[in-house]
Amino acid sequence: MIEFRGVSKQFDDGTLAVDDFSLVIPSHKTVVLVGSSGCGKTTLLRMINRMVDPTSGSILIDDEDIAGLEPVKLRRRIGYVMQNSGLLPHRKVIDNVATVPLLEGVPKRQAYARAMELLDTVGLDRSLANRYPSQLSGGQQQRVGVARGLAVDPNILLMDEPFGAVDPIVRADLQQELIRLQQELGKTVVFVTHDIDEAFLLGDQVVILQVGAQIAQQGTPTEILANPATEFVADFIGAGRGKRRLSVDASVESEGNDLVLVDSAGHAAGVVDAPGGVIANGDSGPKSRSISNKTDQAGDA
Amino acid sequence: MQWLWENRDLVFGLSLEHVRLSAIPIIVGLIASIPLGWLANRFRVTRAIQLTLFGILFTIPSLAFFITLPSVLGTKILNPINVVVALAVYAIAIMVRGAADAFASVPRDVIQSATAVGFSSASRFWKVELPLSGPVLLANLRVVSVTTVSLLSVGALVGNGALGYLFINGYQRDFPTEVMIGIIFTLIIAVLFDQILVAIGRILMPWARGARGASRALTVGGAA
Amino acid sequence: MLFAAALAFIFDPANLLGEKGILPRLMDHLLYTGLSLGAALLVGIPIGLLIGHTGKGKNFVIALTGSFRALPTFGLLLFIILFTGLGLGPLVFVLAILAIPPIIAGAYSGLDSVNRETIDAARAIGMTEWQILGKVEIPLALPLILGGVRSATLQIIATATIAGYVGLTGLGRFLIEGLALHDYTLAFAGAILVAALALVADGILALIQRLVVPHGVSRGMARTTTRSSRRTAPSALTGAPLTEG
Repeated sequence: MIEFRGVSKQFDDGTLAVDDFSLVIPSHKTVVLVGSSGCGKTTLLRMINRMVDPTSGSILIDDEDIAGLEPVKLRRRIGYVMQNSGLLPHRKVIDNVATVPLLEGVPKRQAYARAMELLDTVGLDRSLANRYPSQLSGGQQQRVGVARGLAVDPNILLMDEPFGAVDPIVRADLQQELIRLQQELGKTVVFVTHDIDEAFLLGDQVVILQVGAQIAQQGTPTEILANPATEFVADFIGAGRGKRRLSVDASVESEGNDLVLVDSAGHAAGVVDAPGGVIANGDSGPKSRSISNKTDQAGDA
Repeated sequence: MQWLWENRDLVFGLSLEHVRLSAIPIIVGLIASIPLGWLANRFRVTRAIQLTLFGILFTIPSLAFFITLPSVLGTKILNPINVVVALAVYAIAIMVRGAADAFASVPRDVIQSATAVGFSSASRFWKVELPLSGPVLLANLRVVSVTTVSLLSVGALVGNGALGYLFINGYQRDFPTEVMIGIIFTLIIAVLFDQILVAIGRILMPWARGARGASRALTVGGAA
Repeated sequence: MLFAAALAFIFDPANLLGEKGILPRLMDHLLYTGLSLGAALLVGIPIGLLIGHTGKGKNFVIALTGSFRALPTFGLLLFIILFTGLGLGPLVFVLAILAIPPIIAGAYSGLDSVNRETIDAARAIGMTEWQILGKVEIPLALPLILGGVRSATLQIIATATIAGYVGLTGLGRFLIEGLALHDYTLAFAGAILVAALALVADGILALIQRLVVPHGVSRGMARTTTRSSRRTAPSALTGAPLTEG
């Protein structure tokens, strides 16, 4: 469990990036901090491994105030994945993954064996182990980044827009991979993004932030979509513009068992399973993927 | 100070000489570097040849260069041409690399869009590539200027060092003040040249004021 | 012909050894160079690494290298020796002083060229500052650091040539004696020797510089670099040094 207690951060240049922020992040869940750039979300993330120290307030990990912990030791037990992978360009993939265990004094053979397993875990072919980062695609580099983050088997994994710089198809792939991984590993994942679709897809809990890291709303994706707390939230998640309010377009004769859905502006947004022209009811629960939509998350609506 | 006053004619004369002898190589370096740098940037092969050739020439210590040139040029060893030519070669050596970097610093999409809107290859060079490579060219020219002014004084050992004469004369007479005056006036000329170049750059490239490229090239040049 | 005569002088075994021979003077030249370079490295490398790692003092580096370039080395050498007197100590002192700015600049620009994100990531996964410096920054900066050392070495070799003028030996002695005696064959031979020494030293350092480029970086270069941003770095890397003397 990670707890922010009245945390503020003012940078040297005077900007108040985080203003009296409090939040409890439960263990073994994925919590997504989402907001526009400059809202302080990355600052919040970087406070958890003391890359940034708060000006006031405290942060606790399992009820222990991290201000009293050695930053280097703290960082070594927390996984960190960043946007451009941040891999060491002069080291092979295997060495990058094994970096922290080797720093911690794990014998080389053991660290390499573990690194190889991690390549499997993140869906990378073992033959890539001896490549250099520059010889990998962007998506592969991010997978190596995730493997490195997992190398010390941390309880906490911090992810700072890890899929922000890859193309949409690869991003979708990596997102699914992360969902699968998380089901397997059950880490406490803190994930930062500016992409609300990504937030709804990955987050057990989503925290929508405004400037100064003010919480506009927090809750499950379903709760937020069902009841946007403010105009800002409604706008941010697209509900305000009617993008997420879908209805069946009765004018379209569809073949088979699908009905076409349109958003409030009348643009086609997806299809819904409707055997015999009847939309299945909510048995399948809120996370049902019965509506296939190009953004996928509309299924939560 | 008293010495300076008593010898003001000498120092003034040597300073003028210094300006004259160092201005020529700087100008030659600039003019020659534009076509050479353009070539180097355009063709891989010429780039490799030019950089290697001038790299080797540049590695030769200046005094050795001053002494060997007469036999190449067929001049007398005390002829000022030797010093001027050697300094011009150094200037070109710095500028060829600098100009190649300068042309390479022009963003490719700008060149492509210039081609797309219909510039011919020649007009694109004069109206787009050359002006945009200006800041980096200027930064390198400043390095050339300062270096030339400072290196010229070594020429005193072969009779053509302008202010460098004060170094030798002061050393032989065991008179540090004279050496110091020589150093100070050399520095003054270096600063003067630099300010002139900066001013010309401001006039010709008003868009590049405070451009980052210039200061960066200076740091980088500092490593060279 | 002068060139042939000079070569004949160089390859005449009679001129190899003896008090005024080529070999002892070459050894002296190397001695001056080695001592000064060693001293300059001891001072310059830590300062350069410190400035590069912390990012503080960038303006100092620019000012230092800029004003250093403007300083007439020849005059400075004579000026200092007028106060310190002749001898190995003063010469090494002056040569080392002259070599420090390019070494600092090389170390600084090397560290400065390392991608900030890479360093940030290294810190975020739990490297100590020393580990970041030793395992990330220095390996990645090594080509540029050596570029500075290369410039400094050539600067020293060239300036040590003038040592002949202030009564010390070294290869510069041939040049100075030749000029003084109007024996241009001797001067020319000296010039060839000095130039050859500079070229050989530069060649060796260039080779080392190429060897230390980290594998992942050299292989990735072609693919990951954008034309404009990286082009400036190699100019410092291969940039030939300013040589005086």
